[in-house]
Amino acid sequence: MNETDELDDIVQEFLIESHENLDQLDRDLVALEQEPGSRDLLASIFRTIHTIKGTSGFLAFGKLESLTHVGESLLARLRDGEMQMTPATTDVLLAMVDRVRELLTTIESSGAEGEVDVENLVTRITAVLEGRQEAPAPPAAKAPPKPRRKAPAKTPAKAPAPVAEPAAEPVVAHVAEPVVEPVVEPVVEEADEPVDESVIAPDLDEPAATLRLQPVSAAPEVATVRAVEAVAEPVAGDAPAKRGVADSSIRVDVDLLDTLMRLVGELVLTRNQIVRQASESAGADLTSAAQRLNLIASELQEGVMKTRMQPIDHLWSKLPRVVRDLGATCGKQVSLNMVGRETELDRSLLESVKDPLTHLVRNSVDHGLETPEARVAAGKPATGVLTLRAYHEGGQVVVEVSDDGAGINPARMAAKAVEKGLYTQAEVDRMSANDKLQLIFAPGLSTAAAVTNVSGRGVGMDVVRTNIEAIGGAVEIESVEGRGTTCRLRIPLTLAIVPALTVECAGDRYAIPQVSLLELVALDAERAASELEDVNGAPVYRLRGTLLPLVRLADVFDVESDRSDGHVLIAVLQAEGRRFGLVIDRVLNTEEIVVKPLTSQLKGLGTFSGATILGDGRVALILDVQSLARRALSAEALEPTGATVEEESRRTSETLSLLIAGIGGGRRVAIPLSSVTRLEQIPASSVEVVGSREVVQYRGAILPLLRLNGYLGAVSEREGDDLSVVVYSASGRSVAIVVDEIVDIVDEQAEVHSDIDDHGLLGSALIRDRIVEVLDVRGAILAADPKFYDEVEPQCTTFLEAM
Amino acid sequence: MHDLLGGDVTATIAGEARLVTFTLDGHSYGVDVKAVQEVLRGQPRTRVPLAPPSLAGLINLRGQVLTAVDLREQLGLPPRGDDAPEPMLVVVRVDREPIALLVDRIGAVVDVHADSFEPPPDTLTGPARTLINGAYKLEDGLLLALDVERAVNS
Repeated sequence: MNETDELDDIVQEFLIESHENLDQLDRDLVALEQEPGSRDLLASIFRTIHTIKGTSGFLAFGKLESLTHVGESLLARLRDGEMQMTPATTDVLLAMVDRVRELLTTIESSGAEGEVDVENLVTRITAVLEGRQEAPAPPAAKAPPKPRRKAPAKTPAKAPAPVAEPAAEPVVAHVAEPVVEPVVEPVVEEADEPVDESVIAPDLDEPAATLRLQPVSAAPEVATVRAVEAVAEPVAGDAPAKRGVADSSIRVDVDLLDTLMRLVGELVLTRNQIVRQASESAGADLTSAAQRLNLIASELQEGVMKTRMQPIDHLWSKLPRVVRDLGATCGKQVSLNMVGRETELDRSLLESVKDPLTHLVRNSVDHGLETPEARVAAGKPATGVLTLRAYHEGGQVVVEVSDDGAGINPARMAAKAVEKGLYTQAEVDRMSANDKLQLIFAPGLSTAAAVTNVSGRGVGMDVVRTNIEAIGGAVEIESVEGRGTTCRLRIPLTLAIVPALTVECAGDRYAIPQVSLLELVALDAERAASELEDVNGAPVYRLRGTLLPLVRLADVFDVESDRSDGHVLIAVLQAEGRRFGLVIDRVLNTEEIVVKPLTSQLKGLGTFSGATILGDGRVALILDVQSLARRALSAEALEPTGATVEEESRRTSETLSLLIAGIGGGRRVAIPLSSVTRLEQIPASSVEVVGSREVVQYRGAILPLLRLNGYLGAVSEREGDDLSVVVYSASGRSVAIVVDEIVDIVDEQAEVHSDIDDHGLLGSALIRDRIVEVLDVRGAILAADPKFYDEVEPQCTTFLEAM
Repeated sequence: MHDLLGGDVTATIAGEARLVTFTLDGHSYGVDVKAVQEVLRGQPRTRVPLAPPSLAGLINLRGQVLTAVDLREQLGLPPRGDDAPEPMLVVVRVDREPIALLVDRIGAVVDVHADSFEPPPDTLTGPARTLINGAYKLEDGLLLALDVERAVNS
């Protein structure tokens, strides 16, 4: 029985799923007998077998794989109309299903395929496949009729391991009963009391009957007890007290969970009312009962919510092995990256994403990535990179599978579609390259030159799209030839629970998703008066030396803030890779909120990403931080957290906050203020030399020093013992830029001319009637610290993409 | 002007109709009883900033978030006075999505006959023109039949 314990998760999942699939298969095959020509049924059967085959391949169940592979080939012929259903085909198919079930049962009990013979059946199926008259089947294979009759009576969850069932304690009722009864009988005459109990017991609580029986049969009935064991043992086989894999978990209809969820929501509201009234009417009993109700309702709510949400890691954790095994099979080197493992998905969504995701991963490794030789020949590293990324975006969960492989050739896609007779040449000619790319989702199309064991039968992408669209999602594919392919699954977020901060503004409550929230800053009236500054009218706050643009929510909403005591609360938010401070009236709470989609009337507003119901039953709107940022701030006013300054300043004719610094010789340099963390005066003596570089100790860190005059070829005119330093920071790294003097901060419509192609400069700008050179911050920083962006940039990119 | 009226109106005026009535600014209005899901009162509403004035907020109906539409705004009637009693809500289903209509006071369910129906007079203009299908001439006054779909979506 330990072997069964050690079956790893993948196998367990596989068994549960396959058992379910097999039940479906039984029904489908029986139905198929009634209507032999049904393409739908054939396609359904085909997919089931395809799935089992695929997974058994990864899990190295060779017999299962070879059996399903040949079965799948037969089904493919039938599905494509190349063969017709005959009694012989039905027989071999049913025989295959039985054999698959047998194999699964063996795997479940022993962890291996054991002695089950498949060769015989494979030969028979092959014979049918090749159109030969089926040889009279050996007796062993004549099993099919039996399960066929049995199948419809079975409930779906029941299929697995009838062998292990009797031993399962809680679910055992119906099996235990017949065993219990004969044992109880002899006791009846001797003792009345226990008999009553055992008579009642089956009605009340059947499993308990087995337990209660023990005292009854204490001394005189030892033999009987042994008899119970004797009865139980042979049935349970060599795995007593071990539940079948599928018995230890049950599948619950998501609709039922939805209903539960709604009821719990109602319960919570009612609880809140009762708790409120109990505290007012001061009856001690009522109060304590209300408190208990409070606790129970909270736990219930939590429990029901939890039943629905799971991190995507549940799916992903199985993929490294899948990828490795598959890579080995295909002779490819793959490194798997996973970003956003903790992204939570509704359980039902998770289920729906599972198969498509597996298909996509399989496709990427099998078709997307090239062999190491081909990669090296194309100038890429031998190891291909497969990236899985999951994130919430705009009320959706996005799951991406991208590879850096060969990409898809749209022309080849189109040619294939024509060849397969799915489209005519004329139709294809009218398609754009992108449309051709989308042909990958057409049923029956596969670009793999050869049908491999792994993929290439043209079901994969078809299934992916069917499954995703079935849940109201969308599949997108992007591909750049030679660079790789990205497949993006967009899954709607009709029900998702997100941690959020609830805030108040002008008496209304709003929820801010925690994912956008960096920190909270509370300023009392005194500090607010002195620390809130403005840059030419645009309010800013110096957050640890960095200027944080401020947005007053009350202004955005055109309402009257009810905060009159001068206190200021700033929620520091992040949107599209930039930061800004949202000024609100009050911070209320952090809580998990259930996101409800907006009604159609509100979707157009764009400022809210959804609504939620708070603990007291009132509706609160969820702020769409991204669109709030877009609405309230010009792109340039936002403080970048990434290294995009350069691009920002390169754009011409845009409003920029610029720090103007003198560097000697009457030259002035403009540095985009957004890249500036702090302005400091440091003693010249604090500059130390490390290797060939100057550094300075600053707040416990070592900052590389860049003398701008030296870098730009100017002569410093500064005298004195201290240096004027502009500190630039990004993602925890900083550089100190030494200038002669800080002249001004301007907020200018600066026309940046990029005509001067001078070292270290982006161009020149006319600011307040003077020519000012605009510093190439990136270049300058690299001069001081060549590694500055090395670690920073990938993070930023990832982060930006994750937004 | 008959041709301006939608086909569903013809259905309404063809025979008998059953309407849920309510008052707005002293006038009686009615909506088809089949469109009405329930009637609520005293629901706290959450204001929606930046929304058009006819959007009277969001309410929680047993865990579902509903939009409330102020019919006074939609019909171009004067806003409710500050001392007016708390408005009531008629929850109707439009395209199977429930939506709450804000009314002054709920009336009753009345059966009306097509005989008493008359389309709105040519002098009726403004936003109400498209929302009012016509009037039933009842003994105690006119009952204005409201096109729920348009009242919600305009």
